[in-house]
Amino acid sequence: MLVTALSSSEQYVAGAYVVFLALVLVYLAIMAAKLSRLEREVVELAQLAEGRDAVPEDRAPASSSQAQPVVR
Amino acid sequence: MLTYAPVDADQGVIQKIFYVHVPLAIVALGGFIAGGVMAIMYLRTRDRRWDMRSYVTIHLSIVLAVGVLITGSIWARASWGHWFVWDEPMLVVFLIVFLLYATYQPLRFSIEDPDKQARYASVFAITAGAFVPLCFGAVRMAESVTHPPTATMTTSSPGTVTLTFLVALTGMTLLFITLCKYEMASKNVSATVRRLRRRLAGDDDQLSATGRSAAPQL
Repeated sequence: MLVTALSSSEQYVAGAYVVFLALVLVYLAIMAAKLSRLEREVVELAQLAEGRDAVPEDRAPASSSQAQPVVR
Repeated sequence: MLTYAPVDADQGVIQKIFYVHVPLAIVALGGFIAGGVMAIMYLRTRDRRWDMRSYVTIHLSIVLAVGVLITGSIWARASWGHWFVWDEPMLVVFLIVFLLYATYQPLRFSIEDPDKQARYASVFAITAGAFVPLCFGAVRMAESVTHPPTATMTTSSPGTVTLTFLVALTGMTLLFITLCKYEMASKNVSATVRRLRRRLAGDDDQLSATGRSAAPQL
């Protein structure tokens, strides 16, 4: 409906501006996809790092229980 | 922008494409030259961040150049009845510059060694960056009637046209800088994530972890 309301010249002008807008939007969409992939990777890395930290903590009570009599 | 600027007496409403097409072209060409300057900085300092800046600037300028070609084709079709006019020096020179820069990414991708890739890409960026003002300077010297230069168009136009053009150019420049910063931040975070992943996996081999890429390896 909007297209038929515009003259031929106006359609060309609208086309040029829509192309520019589409270019920016496509670029932003690609960047958004990249960012969400990065976010997933950061969460994955954080879990991996937490898993690594958890191992010494599991061992810690055993060593601390051995150390307790010395403290007393 | 579309309503503030007056309708051109010669071209009518079609002339309003000027406010998106010309700023796009100026910023894209400025980006190519800036990419060359950043490449010089890389070769001087050997700091990989300059190579990254040069890569991102050229990458975004190529995206804008696609916009220039499409909006220019639309303007040519509306004004001259053809999508592309081969005897128009400004159009052909821009196409040549675009095609030249279209080889930048494949060149980077074809080189596996990151140091060699950065060095060769920098030499390319400097050479091509110097080519841009030379080409457009030559076109200006052989001034065409059918495609008048922007400066003449704005100085002989009413103040509202000049103001609208300057606002459009400023907006386009700011958009370009923002997108550059956005892309740069994304690349830096990607590199940090890759480094962390390698450290957590206990893998120090950079190439096996990242694979071949056109983007610089930080």
